[in-house]
Amino acid sequence: MRDRATAWLTAKSPAVLLPVGTTLLAFVIGGLVVALTGHNPGSAYRAIFNGTGLNYLLPWTSSEDKDFAALNLQQTLIITTPLMLTALAVALPYRCGMFNIGGQGQYVAGIVAAIVVGSHGAGLSKPVHLTLALAAAALAGAAWGGIAGAMKATVGAHEVISTIMLNWIAIYGAQYLFELNGPLQGPLPDVPQSDEITSSAKLPAVWGVLQPLHAGIFLALAALVVYYVLINRTVFGYEVRAVGYNADAAGYGGIPVARSYVATLAIGGAFAGLAGACDVLGWEFHIVTNDIAVSQIGFIGIAVALLGRNSAIGIALAALLFGGLQVGTSARALDPTVFPPQLAGNLAVIIQGLIILFIGAQLLLVYAWRARRRRGAEPPPVPRVDPTAA
Amino acid sequence: MTALDRIPRGARGVAILGIVVGLVGLELALPPLQVQAAAVPVVLGLAAAACAIWALTREERKLGIWALLVAVVATAFAIWVQGKSDTSTSLVVNSGLFAATLVYATPLAYGALGGIFCERAGVVNIGLEGMMLTGAFFGIWGTVWSGHWAIGLVVAMLAGALVALVHAVFSIHLRADQIVTGTAINFLAVGVTGYAFIDIYGSNGTPPSIDSVPSITLPGIESIPGIGGVFGSLNLMIWVVFVLLVVTHLLLFRTPIGLRIRSVGEHPRAADTVGIPVYRIRYACVMLSGVLAALGGAYLSVGFVGSFGQNMTVGRGFIALAAVIFGKWRPYGAFGACLLFGFASGLADRLQSVAGVSPNLLATLPYVLTLIALVGLVGRSRPPAADGQPYVKG
Repeated sequence: MRDRATAWLTAKSPAVLLPVGTTLLAFVIGGLVVALTGHNPGSAYRAIFNGTGLNYLLPWTSSEDKDFAALNLQQTLIITTPLMLTALAVALPYRCGMFNIGGQGQYVAGIVAAIVVGSHGAGLSKPVHLTLALAAAALAGAAWGGIAGAMKATVGAHEVISTIMLNWIAIYGAQYLFELNGPLQGPLPDVPQSDEITSSAKLPAVWGVLQPLHAGIFLALAALVVYYVLINRTVFGYEVRAVGYNADAAGYGGIPVARSYVATLAIGGAFAGLAGACDVLGWEFHIVTNDIAVSQIGFIGIAVALLGRNSAIGIALAALLFGGLQVGTSARALDPTVFPPQLAGNLAVIIQGLIILFIGAQLLLVYAWRARRRRGAEPPPVPRVDPTAA
Repeated sequence: MTALDRIPRGARGVAILGIVVGLVGLELALPPLQVQAAAVPVVLGLAAAACAIWALTREERKLGIWALLVAVVATAFAIWVQGKSDTSTSLVVNSGLFAATLVYATPLAYGALGGIFCERAGVVNIGLEGMMLTGAFFGIWGTVWSGHWAIGLVVAMLAGALVALVHAVFSIHLRADQIVTGTAINFLAVGVTGYAFIDIYGSNGTPPSIDSVPSITLPGIESIPGIGGVFGSLNLMIWVVFVLLVVTHLLLFRTPIGLRIRSVGEHPRAADTVGIPVYRIRYACVMLSGVLAALGGAYLSVGFVGSFGQNMTVGRGFIALAAVIFGKWRPYGAFGACLLFGFASGLADRLQSVAGVSPNLLATLPYVLTLIALVGLVGRSRPPAADGQPYVKG
């Protein structure tokens, strides 16, 4: 019986059990932290859950609670949207054997481009202006990712290092553009922020009134479909996966390895750039200079991609989890009498860190494997993509 | 080898001459000499550029490009300075700038030395940032708790070692992807220090006056003009990093232990074959890197600012990582990079107040230079051969 259970666990764990078990483990450890610091983890987690607005979907939520839950759920979905896209920025290069840490920089590049195009050209019709702004953001993100890809393809510079450097160049560069007396500072001389997006470049609202959910979520869902088709149903995707498994063998077999590196990082960057466009054209409508370095959307995208195991459905679910965690622990959604939002925000970061740590080591899988080996059985093959394989 | 043989000849010598000439042109334009004629730096800059091109066309690529960079930057700066009044220039370039360079470079240098140990042993450390942040918080916590800065530093080192132990266990024994683990460390450090900070000190922050690391005043040197302003009164931890720098270099390149560390990073299988304990050395090096990075963070909080703020390292760990790469995984090279990056920060402060130059623009400099170094324009950076690869015994 136990043998069969372990066999089932090891067979199924990579796809479903591993992420679910890892998430539970991270939440349990987070709960221990909450309990150790003298708060009730049960009520804290319930308050955070209610803050996400996901209780809107529960049948027993009363109708007056539902109104408030709807507001929170709109926020959760607004954050889920860019997280899906920045996760794709990690997932696509990962399938090609590369680790794109640069989602944050590509996201910022997208924000800058979306603002430049979206705040000018007021006379244009909405479809044209919106398309132009989105395309500019995607191109900017693609360029920022493509630099790292080109560096890897030509001189073999490790993409992890180059994308980290490009992140900070983008962050400080954008701060320079929008700072006081900066070249792209907005109309108010004493306020360090950008121009406003004109109404013709704003993404249409689809749900809600106050800060409504915008159409960007459909863009993100479409991007997931594009990613799925691209990876699983095209020649390009086949080549990318081949390079990811073994770049040398792929190159020997005639697959253009260098082109795969540049293309995956550029397309990944385009997804992250679109994430920036969704935020700026969907609900922020301008960028405050001091918020540029605070934003973590690109970095959290790494956690989303890892937890979602680089699959389209996994990324959608993981993005919802982390988007919910982000909103549920925010000061505007969390009941401060139950659990202080300042603590909750840091708790969310701890949980994200734990999930990345455990997923990276495939901790549960390693544990099950060792338990099996102790009984003398052959270890199952551990499927993994080695991102450092050049 | 006689002393005469050590003077570089040929293209190499010409490139070095170009660098020297370019720097002389810069020096002439700055106080106290301040030659008020644009022709002087321009002529010297052209001479430097000529040397650079001569060297470049004769296969001396690396130094040649350096000479060209020095020529262009020095000439541009010298011309820019021409129009400025005497006081504004001396406000920017004075002994205070070099003291500020050391202050900015010190936390980076601690982190970079830690990074060198870790990566030389074959473990990539993206988590330097998180380890520095951990040191920054626990340094303050230990100091407030005990009332003494030295105990604060010990607590910071212990905390750094503990975080590094997590990185070590996951990347050495569990063979997790070291980049993923390092990313996780960075997240965890932000979350744990932020949570503990709010939980312990609330929204008021750390206590206003804490015991801080003392400065060492050298009575003889302090009165010497120029040098006195830089080295006369420096924080103890700056002197310590000088010592650690030399010790690290000697340890890595002049002792059997250093040879073992490097062999584990270059070819663990070969090291294992001759009986070097690969795992033990990797564990030791990763934890040492946590201790050093934590000291760098503690310098920021206990040594310099005297308080802690959430995520107060803001990317300094990544600059330290950049310095490791820019310095080609060598202590002196990395320290040189830290000085360069520290100089850029010090200059950014002054240029903002005097000339209105954007500090954000100058803040990109370390990262741009590292990208250039990665491409190989000024001597390509190559990591240790087994850097980032888990080692499987057997």
